[in-house]
Amino acid sequence: METIVKSRIAQVLKGDQNAYGEVVELYKDKVFQLCYRMLGNRHEAEDIAQEAFIRAYVNIQSFNLNKKFSSWIYRIATNLCIDRIRKKKPDYFLDAEVPGTEGLTMYSQIASDTALPEDELESLELQETVQKEISKLPDKYRSVIVLKYIEELSLNEISEILDLPLGTVKTRIHRGREALRQQLRNV
Amino acid sequence: MSCSEKYVDYMHDFLDEDITEEHEQELREHLHSCSACEEHFRELKKAIAFVQSTAHIKAPDNFTAKIMDNLPKEKRKVELKRWFKNHPFLAAASLFLVLMAGSILSTWNQEQQFSVSKQPNLVVENDTVIVPEGEVVKGDIVVRNGKIKIEGEVQGDVTVINGEKYMASAARVTGEISEVNEIFEWIWYHIKETTENTVNLIEDKEQSLK
Repeated sequence: METIVKSRIAQVLKGDQNAYGEVVELYKDKVFQLCYRMLGNRHEAEDIAQEAFIRAYVNIQSFNLNKKFSSWIYRIATNLCIDRIRKKKPDYFLDAEVPGTEGLTMYSQIASDTALPEDELESLELQETVQKEISKLPDKYRSVIVLKYIEELSLNEISEILDLPLGTVKTRIHRGREALRQQLRNV
Repeated sequence: MSCSEKYVDYMHDFLDEDITEEHEQELREHLHSCSACEEHFRELKKAIAFVQSTAHIKAPDNFTAKIMDNLPKEKRKVELKRWFKNHPFLAAASLFLVLMAGSILSTWNQEQQFSVSKQPNLVVENDTVIVPEGEVVKGDIVVRNGKIKIEGEVQGDVTVINGEKYMASAARVTGEISEVNEIFEWIWYHIKETTENTVNLIEDKEQSLK
């Protein structure tokens, strides 16, 4: 797959925009998934995933053809997600209207806090729960956990994507796992 | 938890698939004997399984199309190139038309000046070409943007483009006499001439092949 991507990128570098469409097709699901797990919201995830692909296109000249395109696009997407999470924090009001809706406030985005009995948890609800718990992780743990367990990347790739030493990645994964263990032990 | 932190580190090393054989052995033995650590390990694996179980979601429809719409416009050159690639026949035809029109127009513009085909015994006075009385001009005569006065004999065609011709009563022209004045007529003449030349060329070739 990487060889196809490289030849497409070579075409993009010559200015052929359509070749980029094929690159987007190959990675859109993975990038969207990464953004969704990071942000916990489809609407925002789509925004950020789009933004990531557009940024990658605009900066394609700075992409090193000897490296993996996937790592590069993941890196752009992860950084954009983290930026979004940090920006979002101060203006996260519960009475704020959800963007793109009418009269729907953030209250509706919160699941009811009465825990459901285990046997009533449908698979969809379980997924929502898990997503909610992932969203509770601090962003530095969230990114490594998502890259490792949802995108199924190796520790080395994660360290390259996040531009962090391998040791730091390991520590963050360990802490992230411990945090999830605490949060999910009673599910 | 009373057990040493070392076992928790081993658990994580194990989950990272980055554990030495001795440590793994040690961890296994410990987990058998310590239910608290076993529970801890089980919870870790459960958390991971939950995270991994989140269904793989797909990007929304027309995700790619939206991106393509929002990309900065590509260079015109490349667009043109791709169009040529996809429509080779149309591309060839349009290229032909462009070149054809270009050459015809440029020759039209060029030929606003007076010009005449060269024959040794033609006399030129200002913009008038004279075939003198008693002379025999061999070959075709073409006059552009000028007049021609024929008093002698022409063995060939006479063509006047954007001009006038006068014939004396004694004049004799063995070939065709034609006048071209309008641009369309002129284009028609041009095309006819080109085709004739091409046909001649082909015939010449065929003859030389024989």
